[in-house]
Amino acid sequence: MASLTIDHLIGLDGVPREDIALILDTTDTFLEVLDRPVKKVPTLQGKTVVNLFFENSTRTRISFELAERRLSADVVNFSVGTSSVSKGESLLDTARNIEAMKVDMVVMRHSAAGACEFLRRRCTSRFINAGDGAHEHPTQALLDMFTLRREFGTLEGINVCIVGDILHSRVARSNMFGLVTMGANVAVCGPPTLLPRHVDRLGVRVFTDIDEALAWCDAVNVLRIQLERRAGGYFPTLREYHDVYGVTAERLDRLSRRIAILHPGPINRGVEIDSDVADGPQSVILRQVTHGVAVRMAVLYLLGTKTE
Amino acid sequence: MSETQILIDEPGFDRMISRLAHEIVEHNHGTSDLVIIGLRTRGVYVARRIREKIAAIEGVELPLGVLDVTLYRDDVRQHLRQPEVRASDIPFDISDRHVILVDDVLFTGRTVRSALDALIDFGRPRTIQLVVIVDRGHRELPIRADYTGKTIATSRGQEVRVRLREVDGSDGIDLVTLQDT
Repeated sequence: MASLTIDHLIGLDGVPREDIALILDTTDTFLEVLDRPVKKVPTLQGKTVVNLFFENSTRTRISFELAERRLSADVVNFSVGTSSVSKGESLLDTARNIEAMKVDMVVMRHSAAGACEFLRRRCTSRFINAGDGAHEHPTQALLDMFTLRREFGTLEGINVCIVGDILHSRVARSNMFGLVTMGANVAVCGPPTLLPRHVDRLGVRVFTDIDEALAWCDAVNVLRIQLERRAGGYFPTLREYHDVYGVTAERLDRLSRRIAILHPGPINRGVEIDSDVADGPQSVILRQVTHGVAVRMAVLYLLGTKTE
Repeated sequence: MSETQILIDEPGFDRMISRLAHEIVEHNHGTSDLVIIGLRTRGVYVARRIREKIAAIEGVELPLGVLDVTLYRDDVRQHLRQPEVRASDIPFDISDRHVILVDDVLFTGRTVRSALDALIDFGRPRTIQLVVIVDRGHRELPIRADYTGKTIATSRGQEVRVRLREVDGSDGIDLVTLQDT
């Protein structure tokens, strides 16, 4: 009988290998469900899931909502503009309200790292973190890993490079934790200003030359460059970022082999990745989106039906 | 402590599969529009055997599918258990076909109930016909088999095991009586 050891999914830091493997294996099943004429199963009938989004998100929220509805859960969406929330007290108020509404699961996104864990400790529901500040975004990393596993058959021993703003990226952090746990070789690459200090302590290699990184890896996960970072002085101009770190067809053509291209979206075409790469044959970006729904169904199923 | 009684041996098991295959073909006046779907895990092996027999009798290889009903089980929804969920594999359209649904043991009927729900989500079959190797009684739902290998009167403390070469090394049916020590 296969069950997760975790009761909530806050991050991939510390999640055992068996749990990640179980989630990825279960995802295979749900991917098959998404190919059926009726893309819905009754498994979470009678369960209520709240999508608690304190930060704007379109694709992650839609992906979670589809996953929840395809498992027949009752879904409540709760979107709060960041401005209306003053952290701390009002978060706790929200927690008490959730508890009073007798929901079963909470999917939560917040701009503050640790917000999901904060509420989890004060509620009885099961929590799934849909992104908290620069901390973690575990379901995104799981769908990236699932995509890689389908591409290469295994995660063990494959070389994965994450390129871009590693410093502010919860996607990068979750990917590093998860991939290292699963036995992949992980590297990060980006301008030194956007690499966290001591990132190598997480067991990852560090590249500052994109061409060296691309030559080393089997797959590259290209992170979105948030346009406002330039104003923060992390790099001079978007054009310079593109010239030095952009994943271009020209760079890929220079490699001796084909590598897989991942991107968590949304894409800044012409900044961190060129259009012909994003839409090219090596790109698995749209597959990632499909896998996202299946991965979230797997997580919701495994946590939502876990026996007490 | 438990006591095992062999009810059907290997030659008997093979004759039973033959009879079931003949019954299916006879009842459906041949094999046109027939598809065969096994319930994970043991029903799949039984389904393969029946399919081989029908191929030997009629010279027709029926489309074979695999159905996993975990997501449709009422005991999973009630948090009574969390079994491993595995993929279904039905690589053909079941709409307007006669679906031969195969399982090893028919007991409470709850697995078959889940399977019916699941199948309807794959399409709208013309008929669904149920084949089981053993009907051991104790139904909790109004469900019956169309083709039965053997009906065995059992008590709840007993267990019926359908042995299969693929997993157990030999074919047969055992009645296991669990005794309190």
